[in-house]
Amino acid sequence: METFAYVRAGSLAEAAEAFATHPGARYLGGGTNLVDLMKLGVERPTALVDVTRLPLDEVTELPDGSLRIGALVRNSDLAAHPRVRDRYPVLSQAVLAGASGQLRNAATTGGNLLQRTRCPYFQDVSKPCNKREPGSGCAARDGVHRDHAVLGYSEHCIATHPSDMAVALAALDAEVELYGTAGVRRVAAAEFHRLPGEEPERDTVIEPGELVTAVLLPAATAGLPSAYRKARDRASYAFALASVAVVLEVADGVVARVGIAFGALSHRPWRARRAEEALLGAAPTRAAFERAAELELSEARPLRDNAYKVPLAHNLAVDVLTRLVPHEPGPDGPPPHEPGSREEDS
Amino acid sequence: MTAVGASAERREGREKVTGTARYAAEQPLPGRLFARPVPAAIVRGRVTDIDDTAALALPGVVTVLTHRNAPRLASADDATLAVLQDPEVPNRGWFVALVVADSPEAARAGAAAVRVTCVEDKHDVTLTATHPQAYVPEKINGMFPGVRELGDPDGAFADADVRVDVGYQVPPLHNHPMEPHASTAHWDGERLTVHTSSQGTTAVRAVLGTMFGLADERITVVAEHVGGGFGSKGTPRPDVVLAAMAAWHTGRPVTVVLPRRVLPTSVGHRASTLHRLRLGADSDGRLTSLVHEVTTYTSRIKEFVEYAGMPARIMYAAPNLRSRHHVVRLDVPTPSWMRAPGEAPGMYALESALDELAEALGMDPVEVRVRNEPDAEPDSGKPFSSRHLVECLREGARRFGWSDRDPRPRTRSAGPLLLGTGVAAATYPVQVYPSRAAARALPDGSFLVEVNAADIGTGARTVLAQAAADALQAPLERVRIHVGNSDLPPAPLAGGSSGTASWGWAVHDACTRLAAQLAEHQGPLPDEGLEARADTKGAADAESPFARHAFGAHFAEVSVDTVTGEVRVRRLLGVYAAGRILNPRTARSQFVGGMTMGLGMALTEGSTLDPAFGDFTESDLAAYHVPAHADVPDIEAHWIHEDDPHLNPLGGKGIGEIGIVGTAAALGNAVHHATGVRFRELPLTPDRVLTGLLETPRHPVPAG
Repeated sequence: METFAYVRAGSLAEAAEAFATHPGARYLGGGTNLVDLMKLGVERPTALVDVTRLPLDEVTELPDGSLRIGALVRNSDLAAHPRVRDRYPVLSQAVLAGASGQLRNAATTGGNLLQRTRCPYFQDVSKPCNKREPGSGCAARDGVHRDHAVLGYSEHCIATHPSDMAVALAALDAEVELYGTAGVRRVAAAEFHRLPGEEPERDTVIEPGELVTAVLLPAATAGLPSAYRKARDRASYAFALASVAVVLEVADGVVARVGIAFGALSHRPWRARRAEEALLGAAPTRAAFERAAELELSEARPLRDNAYKVPLAHNLAVDVLTRLVPHEPGPDGPPPHEPGSREEDS
Repeated sequence: MTAVGASAERREGREKVTGTARYAAEQPLPGRLFARPVPAAIVRGRVTDIDDTAALALPGVVTVLTHRNAPRLASADDATLAVLQDPEVPNRGWFVALVVADSPEAARAGAAAVRVTCVEDKHDVTLTATHPQAYVPEKINGMFPGVRELGDPDGAFADADVRVDVGYQVPPLHNHPMEPHASTAHWDGERLTVHTSSQGTTAVRAVLGTMFGLADERITVVAEHVGGGFGSKGTPRPDVVLAAMAAWHTGRPVTVVLPRRVLPTSVGHRASTLHRLRLGADSDGRLTSLVHEVTTYTSRIKEFVEYAGMPARIMYAAPNLRSRHHVVRLDVPTPSWMRAPGEAPGMYALESALDELAEALGMDPVEVRVRNEPDAEPDSGKPFSSRHLVECLREGARRFGWSDRDPRPRTRSAGPLLLGTGVAAATYPVQVYPSRAAARALPDGSFLVEVNAADIGTGARTVLAQAAADALQAPLERVRIHVGNSDLPPAPLAGGSSGTASWGWAVHDACTRLAAQLAEHQGPLPDEGLEARADTKGAADAESPFARHAFGAHFAEVSVDTVTGEVRVRRLLGVYAAGRILNPRTARSQFVGGMTMGLGMALTEGSTLDPAFGDFTESDLAAYHVPAHADVPDIEAHWIHEDDPHLNPLGGKGIGEIGIVGTAAALGNAVHHATGVRFRELPLTPDRVLTGLLETPRHPVPAG
């Protein structure tokens, strides 16, 4: 790790100014990913602008029924917040599915969005990586890539975004609030992260110096049935092999509103628009869910060693969608089973 | 009541949990420097230039050692220790420079700033069962024959009523002790003192003595507390050599802590193994032929062979038997000891194949094992000193509720979860080596016992004090014990599950002698007390007329999620016959720890040798998945009473490794029972399991 300047910002304006006056600066939140990357030599900031003292650590209920999550709300506090648990269970579940208790206590909402891929080639400065060093090549493409993308990748980068939280935000139609010298703007959470395309070094649409100040959870998805499910190598903590966040409203026997986002399949949380379109207005049957998942995943282009992600994502989506349907046995088969039920020899 | 056999509390427990126990890197010597190695970023070749200008210009960087300026060392037997001696790079991650600085941060920055230029040769790091360079080693690691054959295994296999011919794969595995390899060295004139994280400092002293040309009395090696080793600290590793070199070069104390990410390429690992098992049996389930062929790799600079064919030589009564090892020299980091080397992967394959045989025979897998119980060790013909495998299987089956099991695969489910149970046997050889010890009675009524044992978290200190108390017929609290310092009476390493037996024998002898002296002694003790010494050379290493092994049985229950392919453990139960259990509390920890490591081997721990880059893709603890609490369920360790007079005065067989042996097979067999699919490559991660479930035609789950 190299020597760097340290500035503690007392206000947003101070933070932006410090960032502007230190070329090569980085904002510091919980530091759970940034500091690791500095130790690895992947990040080499000249200055850290510590934003953790800014007054952005509140969860606020807004008059229109939406919820504003300050960018510095810790992951543990976000997951445990009663309003979040009641109205946006998918978000609480997603946050708790990520990292370990110790990391969630330190990690912030804004930092969670801005964490970098865990691609092993990105993390190893002795190997090529277009994301870390544009133009150096992608070692994962022909290398070890069981964990990598099956959707939306480019010839330059096949990395996946590691966040669980961001997947739930994408499904919830959340927005990310950004503060910059040009003022405040909002970006849909599902559009906040980019596909790699020609510029794999850019993970998000954030502009230099912009700071995530909040995440807004809309009133429109508050209280709707929602759930997150993640498949992983290790029960205690591990990055997703694939995950899905679903928000589903059924009214009058048809799908009235649906948000589906996949995690660990792409460079960003993958909002399954085609599947959603197919389901809107349709009867919420298992067969319809199967068809929708198939439609969405027909775009997938698995690599040599990650073809398993396609059926895995398919199964996860169908499983969570089926579970979220209010219980009435449909014509397509028996009611869905409760995961984790202990009755045996069923 | 004797002290041995009681659940005495771990002696250093309070120091450890309160953070006052000092480890090798925690030696705050005045003027201390910190050094960080620079790993080679090529697979095979040589260094042509090292530019340290930028590194030396950084604040805090004191010096950069390379093969050009590092002290010349004499050659040790172990080529992996010849660091910074020449420009050759035998594998990726080989250390080509060492940056010495006044803080760990400056050393890290300096290491990143060293520019190394290399020429790279073509490399090969890919193991295949048909690799053209594979050879059969005459002796494995200087100890065992590479191949053993009895009767006509091929003919008997061809004639067998029931045949199983299957292959298994175990990936590279990493020891990853909690405390990384670390050493602090300082010189006082030509006297060297080293604090190092080691499983045995007598051996470290010997190696440093050879390399630096110093007599034993000019070197002290201390390993007071060691945060685990699992074999990777059995012999000295490059950190201790680098620390001693840098301290010599700078004239100041130097600490080297190997970063977690370099451990996989620099301290040894378990090499991957490819297994082919051929089992032939008659229709009653008696083995007529057993063939276990193992293919593994070693590095170009050192031959280490994972002797996974060994268990086939002792487990079952097959009249026709072959176990053979094939090894390929590749451009890989040198593999080395890891908990139950040989037995862990070997018994995974053998015990999985036995399960396949039971299925082919339509027999219960416990009964197949019982039916093939040998009267004597198959390979040597020696009688067993004691063998209670059948009792372990029976006791485990009773505790586990095995008799209720429906043997048909894929018959139990709970919602989307398929449930299954499996069993596997375990074995580990009894090993014991000569040791010395001293015991002193002091005028205040206390006793001081000295032996250069290593307590790597096992409770060695505690158990040896118990052994001493009994031999002295003194209360346990009056016995003090000193271990972990090469100035103490020399002793073998904590490895091969041999430590307690080896050290305990010497402690027992010394204390027994002291007790006899005290019985004769008249009047008060002199100020310096009364001392007795013991050396078990000639006794501990005497050839035994018996085959001596510990045995055990593992039972497992798993769930397999048909949605995700996730395998989760519901129950894991081990029953062991390992001689006398000296301290149930610390013994239980060892068994449970071994089983947990076996669980990791079965389900979560996977490492990949990158064909292009020659190192391991999973190089940190976020990617190399060691099981943690949520992965380790209801786990039980039991043992049966075993009184074996042919071992050592304490009567224990060694328990540090047997817990990992067979655990992966029990879990794999349970996954087969749950799913009806036979997975033959570890670990059983969702990518493999889900794919297997989808590729295998689905049997209907019976209702009710």
